[in-house]
Amino acid sequence: MNKLTKKIKGLKKTTKVDFATYLGVILAFVLFSVLRDAGVLNRSITGMLVPICAYIVMAVSLNLTVGILGELSLGHAGFMSVGAFSGVIASQSLQAAIPSAPARLAIAILVGAVFAAIAGTIVGIPVLRLQGDYLAIVTLAFGEIIKELINCLLVGYDSNGLHMAFNLDGSLTINDIGMEPGGMAIIKGAQGATGTETIASFTAGFILIMITLVIVLNLVRSRAGRAIMALRDNRIAAESVGINVTKYKMMAFVTSAALAGAAGALYGLNYSNLAASKFSFDTSILVLVYVVLGGLGNMWGSIIAAAVLYFLPEALRQFADFRMLVYAIVLILVMLATNSEQLKTLAGRVLPKRKGAAHNG
Amino acid sequence: MEFLSYLISGISLGSVYAIIALGYTMVYGIAKMLNFAHGDVIMVGGYISICATSYLELPGWLSVLLAMAVCTVLGVVIEGLAYKPLRQATSLAVLITAIGVSYFLQNAALLIWGASPKGFTPIIPATNAQGEPNALPLFGGQVSISYISLLTMGACIIIMLALTFFTGQTKLGKAMRACSEDKGAAQLMGINVNRTISVTFAIGSALAAVAGVLLCSFTTSLMPTTGSMPGIKAFTAAVFGGIGSIPGAFLGGVLLGIIESLAKAYISTQLANAILFAVLIIVLLVKPSGLLGKYVPEKV
Repeated sequence: MNKLTKKIKGLKKTTKVDFATYLGVILAFVLFSVLRDAGVLNRSITGMLVPICAYIVMAVSLNLTVGILGELSLGHAGFMSVGAFSGVIASQSLQAAIPSAPARLAIAILVGAVFAAIAGTIVGIPVLRLQGDYLAIVTLAFGEIIKELINCLLVGYDSNGLHMAFNLDGSLTINDIGMEPGGMAIIKGAQGATGTETIASFTAGFILIMITLVIVLNLVRSRAGRAIMALRDNRIAAESVGINVTKYKMMAFVTSAALAGAAGALYGLNYSNLAASKFSFDTSILVLVYVVLGGLGNMWGSIIAAAVLYFLPEALRQFADFRMLVYAIVLILVMLATNSEQLKTLAGRVLPKRKGAAHNG
Repeated sequence: MEFLSYLISGISLGSVYAIIALGYTMVYGIAKMLNFAHGDVIMVGGYISICATSYLELPGWLSVLLAMAVCTVLGVVIEGLAYKPLRQATSLAVLITAIGVSYFLQNAALLIWGASPKGFTPIIPATNAQGEPNALPLFGGQVSISYISLLTMGACIIIMLALTFFTGQTKLGKAMRACSEDKGAAQLMGINVNRTISVTFAIGSALAAVAGVLLCSFTTSLMPTTGSMPGIKAFTAAVFGGIGSIPGAFLGGVLLGIIESLAKAYISTQLANAILFAVLIIVLLVKPSGLLGKYVPEKV
């Protein structure tokens, strides 16, 4: 026992934080599983467990782009969308080939991640040449483009395989894509995915969060991660010591996109009906709020912020119609309280023992 | 002739975008913040105008003035309460606060005016009392420009010229340019930076109110979420023309409107926004600082 405490004390501070993060996620999973099986949680909360897992993965992956790479992305929901719909297509068309739901879910998540990574590569090559707010507006534009393209997509599956059509002028319907009469419609244009078999589970969500954390935390603590953070802190200085800007930027951006795709696949397979309009600009903003309130570059902060803020509108239900108004006010007040110079100085005066409270600007 | 009528509707839609983008670009130029609440000020302007005409039974032009006055006050209050305390904070913190303000305005409007779309009577009706269209016929009646389109284009050009004069010639306008270059140096020269920023927000919000009334005159309906998409498009227009540049915002807005209208007519209604954003991306890749933006090289 003594040896173990010594060993823990000998670890680096960042390693300790990482282990605490893993431990916290495991404990939360065990706690909520026990509560759910005991029947303590009501139905609206058990229904929120899988989306919360998906949004936690989204927040952690966006934190990699915004917090670690230091580039503002306003189109993260686009990658989630690509992952969700490719995951749904994979899962629905493999229904006969792979009867086991968990195996199909794993494959769907993998497919979602791969397609989102491809989208991330296509988006990343032009986008990462830009900087600051220009990069933000272009990621926003890409998110909207992806949304509108999926809105026009018709996909069905029959014994001959997948049938796809692109509904450019709005005249095609799901019956026009050349399916056999018994074929299954998977994506019906603006209606989105319909009749999806919901195979996502809380356990799968938990495993996905753990995998995401392992990938992101190991990337951040590695040589590549330090190179990425060096680019964030000073691009020119980093370049001058021989760091390959494009390579490391793409590494962070594509990893982030792939994880968002995985989260999207999990999310998409949790609902029997899902339209592309769900993954609009508002969703990207929602995830960005989680990341900023959780703390830039702080993974456990993102996890807590995503879980709490996803749950907050539900907790504010007693305010009825006022709940989103209260949410907005809470958001503004939290930002003012954590960032305002005057409030920090005030806090430093009132709480003199918190050293440096007034200087942490 | 068909092409010409699409072009005209594109230019008048683009003029609305340009008016919003002018406000956006002024605020961005001085405060260096993405004001996501700007689109929602448009929506508030529209609702104020509806209330003025239907409850107070004011004439259309007076309702525009009232909407401008209310939005100006609103803009200054938002700036003072939410953005002023964050002058020294990171740009992301200000961005999230702006998103909070945007949620607040949308949900406040939802509570006050309800979620269902409200009908909007255009400030110049589509037809006059005799049932003839309120439009200017061209080429022997083959193409016509409605008076509301003419008013929008005229308003847009006047606002653009007035702002160019204002920022170039007047003392306050010069103070604005100084603040946008370097706030610290401006303060040392005796410019009241906080007041200048408040004035910029006031101008931006008043323009948003004008744009709101004109936009609703085209769409003839209004919902609490009406402002968000035009807000994003106007931001796109400002970036397209080079953010911080007044002629750039005008050009960007008008071009965006034309692209949207022609894409809807000739390529695909459903993909109009996707085409618009794709053009933006291509322009930014070729000219990373927008059409008329100044390229500022990074120094070590």
